[in-house]
Order: sequence, then structure tokens, then C-alpha cells
Amino acid sequence: MDIQDIQGYGMFFLTIFLTVILYWYIIYLYRSEKKGERDFEKYGRIALDDSIGTPPVEDKIASERENTKEQIK
Amino acid sequence: MQSNAALEYDYTVAKMFTYVTILFGFLGMLVGTILALQLAFPELNYLIGEYGTFSRLRPVHTNTVIFGFTVSGVFATWYYFAQRVLKVSMAESRFLMILGKAHFWVYFIGALIATITLVFGISAGKEYAQYEWWIDIVIVIIWLMWGVSIFGIIGIRREKVLYVSIWYYLACFLGIAMLYLFNNMSIPTYFMTDGLGSINHSVSMYAGTNDALVQWWYGHNAVAFGFTVPIVGMIYYFLPKESGQAIYSYKLSLLSFWGLMFVYLWAGSHHLLWSTVPDWMQTMGSAFSIVLILPSWGSAINMLLTMKGEWNQLAENPLIKFMVIASTFYMLSTIEGPIQAIKSVNAIAHFTDWIPGHVHDGVLGWVVFMTMAALFHMAPRMWKREIYSKKLMGIQFWMQTTAVVLYFTSMWVAGITQGMMWRAVDEYGNLVYSFIDTVTVLHPYYVIRGVSGVLYLTGFILFAYNMYKTITAGRELTEEPQFKTPMA
Repeated sequence: MDIQDIQGYGMFFLTIFLTVILYWYIIYLYRSEKKGERDFEKYGRIALDDSIGTPPVEDKIASERENTKEQIK
Repeated sequence: MQSNAALEYDYTVAKMFTYVTILFGFLGMLVGTILALQLAFPELNYLIGEYGTFSRLRPVHTNTVIFGFTVSGVFATWYYFAQRVLKVSMAESRFLMILGKAHFWVYFIGALIATITLVFGISAGKEYAQYEWWIDIVIVIIWLMWGVSIFGIIGIRREKVLYVSIWYYLACFLGIAMLYLFNNMSIPTYFMTDGLGSINHSVSMYAGTNDALVQWWYGHNAVAFGFTVPIVGMIYYFLPKESGQAIYSYKLSLLSFWGLMFVYLWAGSHHLLWSTVPDWMQTMGSAFSIVLILPSWGSAINMLLTMKGEWNQLAENPLIKFMVIASTFYMLSTIEGPIQAIKSVNAIAHFTDWIPGHVHDGVLGWVVFMTMAALFHMAPRMWKREIYSKKLMGIQFWMQTTAVVLYFTSMWVAGITQGMMWRAVDEYGNLVYSFIDTVTVLHPYYVIRGVSGVLYLTGFILFAYNMYKTITAGRELTEEPQFKTPMA
């Protein structure tokens, strides 16, 4: 088996691996929304409510504060 | 970072890049139109000696529209919308403001010098990578400045989630950084030969087939990460914002993003079908090109479905028209590309005029339309003035749409005619036509392309004029429009 064949087989298995990851991502997106863990569609509002005065869809600073509190507990 | 209720977004840097986008757009398209006319009327090659020949002007055209117009359009839109979707003003960080302005000036001066070097024939000789080694270093610095600016503003954001357009711009930054560095690896001969030869000369670090592979991995992915990814990012922000409709499916936008990232990088070898690269790699290039339809159409359909129930806006708002036709041309060029990448089709299409036809329905119909629409959307918000003329925008739209249709239809016919004539053999296996036979047959199509170039350029001049009048004489707005761009 020369280097070209090794490269070819390497590419084939890498493709399979990445395809599995991509399909897993689709399942993850829909499953997490079905379980109520995350609502991805609400992020579409970020483009619409983008004035500096409107509150963020998910506030970074508030979320960091929340995380810190949980860590302290 | 300040917390101030009266805070406003700062568009200083976005405005600077907007001016330059228009300038480079005009220059790049002017040179492109001259080139189209030169192909139809070869006497035009000799108007200004060596500086006006096709071979000298062609890299000026491609590099000015890619690294001048498109890249500055990407920068202008980035410095505009990133603040908005991250909910942070550039005015909140002195460092980011200074960096943004420095980024602009290094870019602008660098781009001018780089263009002049091409006019003087200083070229590394690789397609879309003609800049010599020392210009490449300046380009890397410019790109890094943008990178620091990107991650800097992301670092101080208030919105936790990165909107999907930010993902696309991040991919543009990372993708181009990787491609540009690898393909432009070269050895300056002056330093390697103890001062012999010109300082403006270098030799690629790759040779033969390897050089071709790296070149087309770069070339095709420059289209991916320069002409596709940031423009998809643009439409994901500007179409929902202009129409007041959230993206039809945010999940589909994420899926299309990862699909595009996964598939695009492997498709470049379709530029080397029937060449000396390994056969499996050619097949891979073809196969991945076909699969590429899925993520590309995923984004385009997502955009069209965003307009669901709101198609009346297409008739009422010329900006929606620009964006919807841009999305449609994106669909057209992303189905045409995979068809050309099928090995049997490629045997006819390769080296023919069908290829520039394909490129131009993508860039003129998709990249330029979307960039102009974005700048039109930004102008009233940045200068607080109404768009000067809706009527002019309508004229521009139809003029340029006609131009794109003339361009790609003439090149389809020319390309397929050319491909068939090159392959035609008689009963003894001899070629039926000589090269000049094809040139004679193709002349009318080259004239049509020249006319389409003049039309498109005229449309762009109307765009520039409308923008200029908006900035200087548009009716002043008292408050920022939420969705639909106001126009007189």
C-alpha cells in the first residue's frame, strides 16, 4: 500500500467520522429543544431587537453572575 | 466597559470601510469591464502600453474585487452589525476604536500599494495570490488586526449567544487566515542568493502537482471563505432586519453552517479534474461538490422562507428585492458549480468561458448585490439620513439584473460551444476546428459580455451616486428606523 492509498483510506474514514458528528449534531439540536433544555429559535430575535437599549436575548453578565453563584454553592 | 443608558453604537470605522468598498468596487468593475471589451476588441490592449494589456490588468481586476471591494465590504458590515448583535458599542473601548481605525488605514494604504505593484507587473504568478511576499506579510498583519478586533469586541459583549452571522464572520477570519498563509509560503530569492535578483521576487515552497493542489485548495476556499461565508453571514443579519422577520429556522442556519464548514474544504480538487493529481482526490472533489448543494441551499431556502407570508415586501421595498435576488443567484451558482464539477461535464466545461460565466453569476448576482443591499441598509442608520432615491435604486436593480443575465447566458452559450468545438474530431480522429475558429464563433458573445459589463458598471455608478447623495443631501431622520429602510 503506497502513500496515495493511505491518504485515500484516511480521507474515507475521516469523512465517515465527520458525517456521524454532523448527524449527531442534528439529533442534539432537535432533542435539546424537545426536552425543553434550549430554545434555539429565540436567537433569531437577536438580529431584530438589536438596539443598544433593548435587553439581550441572553444576558452574558447576568449568566456569568449566575454561574459564579452556583460555583460558590 | 461603561454602562451608560445614553450609549450609542459607534460607526466611525464602518463608515470608513463603506467609502472604500464603493471606491474599490468602482475600480475593480471598471477594470473588469475594460477586460471584457478587450476580449471582444483586442485593439484595446494597446492603449497605454504594457500597463493596459489584458495580462497586466486581469490580476488587478480579480484582486481589486476580491481583496478590495469584497473584503472591505466584509469589514464595513462587520464593524456595523457586530456591535448591534453583540449589544456593545465600539465607543466603550478606546483600544478597539484605535485598533479599528489603525486597521482601516493599514488596510487602505496597503491595498493601494498592492494594486500599484500589480500594475507594474510585480507578481508571484499564482492565480488570486499574485501579491509578492512582502505584501503578503502586510496582508497577514491587516488580517491579524481584524482578528484582534473581532475577538476584542466579542470579549466585551453583553449578548451571551453569538448570533449566527458572527459564526460566519469568524469562519471567514479563520478560513482565510489558514488558506492565505499556506498557499503563499514562498522563499524570497534576494535573501536566499546573497543579494542576487530582485527583492520583488519569490519562489513558491511547493512544486509541480503539490503546488497545484495547494493552489486550488486555496483558490476554491478563497471563494468559500471570502465570497460565500461572510456574504451568507450578511444575509442572515440584513434580510431579517430589513424585513422585520426572524430567520425562518435558526436550527437550520446552524446546521447549514456546520455542513458548509465540513464539506467546502474538500471540494477544491474539482479544479484539477483530469490532471495529474491522484484519482481518488478528483473523485472526492466531485463528490463533495455535489454534497455542497445541501448546506448552500439550506441557507438560501432558509432566507427565502424567512419571507414567508411577507412577499408583498418584495414589491414595496427595493432592498428586499436586492436580497431575494442575491439569494436566488446564490442558489443558481451553487447548483451550477456542482454540475461543472461532475467529471464528464468538466471535460467539456474546463478552460471554457462557462467558468467565468459561473463565477460572475455568483459574484455579480450574489456577492455584489448583497453587499450593496447591506450598505444601503446601513447608510440611513450610520448617517441618520433617508436614502436619497428609491426610484434610482429601482433603475439600478433592473439595469444590473439584466447585466448579470446577459453575462451568464452569453458565457453559457460561448463556453459550451467552445468546449464542443475543441473536442470535435472527424472520422479519422483529427481535430475539426483550429483555435481561431472558436474565437471567430465566440466573438458575438464576447461583445454581449462587454455590453453587460458596461450596464453593470453603470448600475454601480448609480449606486455610488445614490449613496453619496444619501450621505450629503438625504432628508435627516429624527430616529433610527427599526426595520424597513426609509427612502425618498
